Amino acid sequence: MTVLVIAEHDHASLKPATLNTITAALKCGGDVHVLVAGHNAAAAAQAAAQVAGVAQVLHADGPALAHGLAENIAAQVVALAPAYSHILFASTPEGKNTAPRVAALLDVAQISDITQVVSANTFERPIYAGNAMAIVQSRDAQCVITVRTTGFDPAPATGGTAVVSAVNAVADSGLSTFMGSEIAKNDRPELTSAKIIVSGGRALGSADKFTEIMTPLADKLGAAMGASRAAVDAGYAPNDWQVGQTGKIVAPQLYVACGISGAIQHLAGMKDSKVIVAINKDAEAPIFSVADFGLEADLFEAVPALTQAL
Amino acid sequence: MKVIVPVKRVVDYNVKVRVKSDQSGVDIANVKMSMNPFDEIAVEEAVRLKEKGVVTEIIAVSCGVSQCQETLRTAMAIGADRAILVETDAELQPLAVAKLLKAILDKEQAQLVILGKQAIDDDANQTGQMLAALAQRPQATFASKVELADGHAIVTREVDGGSQTVRLQLPAIVTTDLRLNEPRYVTLPNIMKAKKKPLDTVTPESLGVDVTPRLITVKVTEPAQRGAGIKVADVASLVDKLKNVAKVI
Repeated sequence: MTVLVIAEHDHASLKPATLNTITAALKCGGDVHVLVAGHNAAAAAQAAAQVAGVAQVLHADGPALAHGLAENIAAQVVALAPAYSHILFASTPEGKNTAPRVAALLDVAQISDITQVVSANTFERPIYAGNAMAIVQSRDAQCVITVRTTGFDPAPATGGTAVVSAVNAVADSGLSTFMGSEIAKNDRPELTSAKIIVSGGRALGSADKFTEIMTPLADKLGAAMGASRAAVDAGYAPNDWQVGQTGKIVAPQLYVACGISGAIQHLAGMKDSKVIVAINKDAEAPIFSVADFGLEADLFEAVPALTQAL
Repeated sequence: MKVIVPVKRVVDYNVKVRVKSDQSGVDIANVKMSMNPFDEIAVEEAVRLKEKGVVTEIIAVSCGVSQCQETLRTAMAIGADRAILVETDAELQPLAVAKLLKAILDKEQAQLVILGKQAIDDDANQTGQMLAALAQRPQATFASKVELADGHAIVTREVDGGSQTVRLQLPAIVTTDLRLNEPRYVTLPNIMKAKKKPLDTVTPESLGVDVTPRLITVKVTEPAQRGAGIKVADVASLVDKLKNVAKVI
């Protein structure tokens, strides 16, 4: 039994979600191999080789793998799949994009968003926005899995001494073409791996106010910034800041929710945080039902005062 | 150009589901059912493409129990032209649904399939990608913008940190994200019109698809509940708690 983890990387380094996925892979049992599929991604492959617990790194390098197109990455994984009992992806936009394509090509079910490995073929996963937890068992010969990163600690990024072997890269499918991307420059920690997150809701009232009130607090705490769906829908914050059932699932040490009422879909994305602080002037807001520390106050006064006091 | 829009009947997003006491699943008897919100966005997008004149026919497809007819009627009230129900009482998992949709896609020879990125019941986020794989066609998941021109779809996708644009050769599969559009309200005259639109019923057997579940649900339990903590009086005591009690800053 050997487990293959599909690394998430920017060609130069591994993304943190890969480390959590490796921990889940180690729990499946057997050796853990990591596939780094990219273009000029030798540095990422070297980084993968240093992760504790990794037995082997497969490095596929070619122009077809430069932009993470699902058609090509899936073909690359399927080419290597026969040697593996489990194929694990992080449950991130990239992983979610590619994993089901691999599963269907192998004619196996995918187990999405696992939060626990019960045994080699049995896993726990949330359903209905985390309002129920299902234990599911696969009847297939291979398991294709996406891993909810908040369910597993990151594997140590150093201490491993895996061998990097080159594997043949697949050719381009010709079906899809990468046209471009717009990635916002961001010096803050990544939302899904941040230790502290400050998150704003619709109560902030405008994009300007969102920035004016929330940014100083985030700066002071060295925090990542998040938002509720209502705030994102209203255009106060970028789409990929959305925390919730269909956005980012986060579990930081500290989550500060400002002006967020706490719809079940939002709670689904952050209720596993270690400490939750809610600042809201509505005493009845559902967010208080999950908050360790609730401050019933006008956020326009309380948040700047908090920033000041830290 | 023909477009297929698969739609799923799910527990309404406002309903907080309860786990059954025998742990066999969640109790969905007598709860409000609606179209999966992401699929509603998919229907809306197809209708807008038709209004722009690039799409000629929209076929809504649903797989499941006979009550899925209501979901299909809603899709037709938004603007789908006709509907196909793949009727079965069997439990359907994403791979099986993808196979059913592949069979319909082959039959209808549509150029585009638009569907929700995930259903809010099983939260699987698989069906669109699986359909694309089975049909050996390109995919664009988490779409925030869709344009059709010259036999291609240009799709802007939501990715970590921003957006990415890809160009797909048609036929292609697109899955919708939240900000693709805001679905219109269904009007009464359109609901009446939808009742007269054609709705065909087929079965997995007639499509030659084996829908046997590959995953067994061993049990379903309540998640660990998080209790409410305390209310603090002011910012100073909040900072004190964070520093000295929780020790997180």
